[in-house]
Amino acid sequence: MKMKKLVSVLLVAACSVSLVACGGKKEEEKKAEEDKTLVMATNAEFPPYEYYEGEEVVGIDVDIAKAVAEELGMELKIEDMAFDSVIPAVSSGKADIALAGLTVTDERKENLNFTDTYAKATQVIIVKEDSAIAGPDDLEGKKIGVQLGTTGDLYASDIKDAEVEQYNKGFEAVQATMQGKIDAVIIDSEPAKEFVAEAEGLKILDEAFTEEEYAIGIAKDNDELLEKVNKALKTLKESGKLDEIVAEYIKADAE
Amino acid sequence: MLQTLQDRFVTNFIADDRWKYILEGLGVTLRVTFFAVLIGIVIGFMVAVVRSTYDRTGKLKILNLFCKLYLTVIRGTPVVVQLLIIYFVIFGSSDISKTLVAVMAFGLNSGAYVAEIFRSGIMSIDNGQFEAGRSLGFNYVQTMLHIIMPQAFKNVLPALGNEFIVLLKETSVSGYIALQDLTKAGDIIRSRTYDAFMPLIAVALIYLAMVLIFTKLVNMLERRLRSSDH
Repeated sequence: MKMKKLVSVLLVAACSVSLVACGGKKEEEKKAEEDKTLVMATNAEFPPYEYYEGEEVVGIDVDIAKAVAEELGMELKIEDMAFDSVIPAVSSGKADIALAGLTVTDERKENLNFTDTYAKATQVIIVKEDSAIAGPDDLEGKKIGVQLGTTGDLYASDIKDAEVEQYNKGFEAVQATMQGKIDAVIIDSEPAKEFVAEAEGLKILDEAFTEEEYAIGIAKDNDELLEKVNKALKTLKESGKLDEIVAEYIKADAE
Repeated sequence: MLQTLQDRFVTNFIADDRWKYILEGLGVTLRVTFFAVLIGIVIGFMVAVVRSTYDRTGKLKILNLFCKLYLTVIRGTPVVVQLLIIYFVIFGSSDISKTLVAVMAFGLNSGAYVAEIFRSGIMSIDNGQFEAGRSLGFNYVQTMLHIIMPQAFKNVLPALGNEFIVLLKETSVSGYIALQDLTKAGDIIRSRTYDAFMPLIAVALIYLAMVLIFTKLVNMLERRLRSSDH
């Protein structure tokens, strides 16, 4: 009996020692890993900037992030999340960089630092082919669908008497337009093209809603990374790699 | 610390009248829950009566089959998926009020659970009570209404209260069809201020307060019904 007790005490002691040892080692490894990986927060429902192809997230933003990570000698890890979580993820340190077709706005600047811009984009209006809406001015008093937290959402809220419906996903807003539940969708031009190509009976109005520029978001207190990423972006721009990446996806759309 | 909290409170709720999202969202959540509960009770009651009548007497075989199918489908699939199906598939080509869709989805869903709760109540009443009613000259419906149901209702009240608490919180997935309920209101504020803490905690506290009030009401009703036990 006594023997059993002794053995069990020893066992417990051995276990806890090994646990502590393990814990220590893991922590160290983790730290080293953290230094080498660049975590990218994105919302992979935004073609051609980021979307799923099979199990993998691909797109312009993903390739740019990969190129930047390569320049920095780091490994890229992609975290897919809801669009309205992307900025909090970076500002709270859960991710290092935000690439999600992120437009630079003053409100966002209060919560994030932005790198130099890397792409131009426009917000466009998607309507049914037989719709009477011909331009941004016709949106007054209409039912407008947007993706929650996008710039389209922010702008739509300013339209007079408009009823704005914030969908969790951009394509759901497009679907609601197809089904006649809402009158129009305000969304970024590139995903809009993809959506309209897939969906029948919809068109993009020629007159764009607004023009804007995308940039990479980085946490406020991480100036070091901001500088590094800006440098990497500059190299990519100068070497023409950036244009190459964009051309690869946007040209593929036109075909 | 206190100052920053105060600042964050102002940005999240006072600036741009953002508290209005919360207030309107709360209204939507309450409306959806209230009507869904009503639908749930009506459906649940009818299904339970059909099912227990079949169990007791072997009548209503076809109806019982339909009820069983309904229970299987509703209880076997997630409520979010049911909500999306009703909005994007069943009412796919029509512009229908989202509140109405949510009321239907949650009412239909709740009905399945309420049905089983009611049935367990009916089955819990001793067969002797039933026979006593019939021997006093009541027919089947009268026995059900005057003898079985009042006792059954008292027995199932705690479980029923529980189901409605679950329903109230389940309506938080209404945001999937872009209905601006309480949870979505918090999400909208979050997407504007990029602050997670304030909107989420506020929304959580409001749900908690609603559940506490509702629990209190159910407890009061329970006590009143119990007073006839002595």
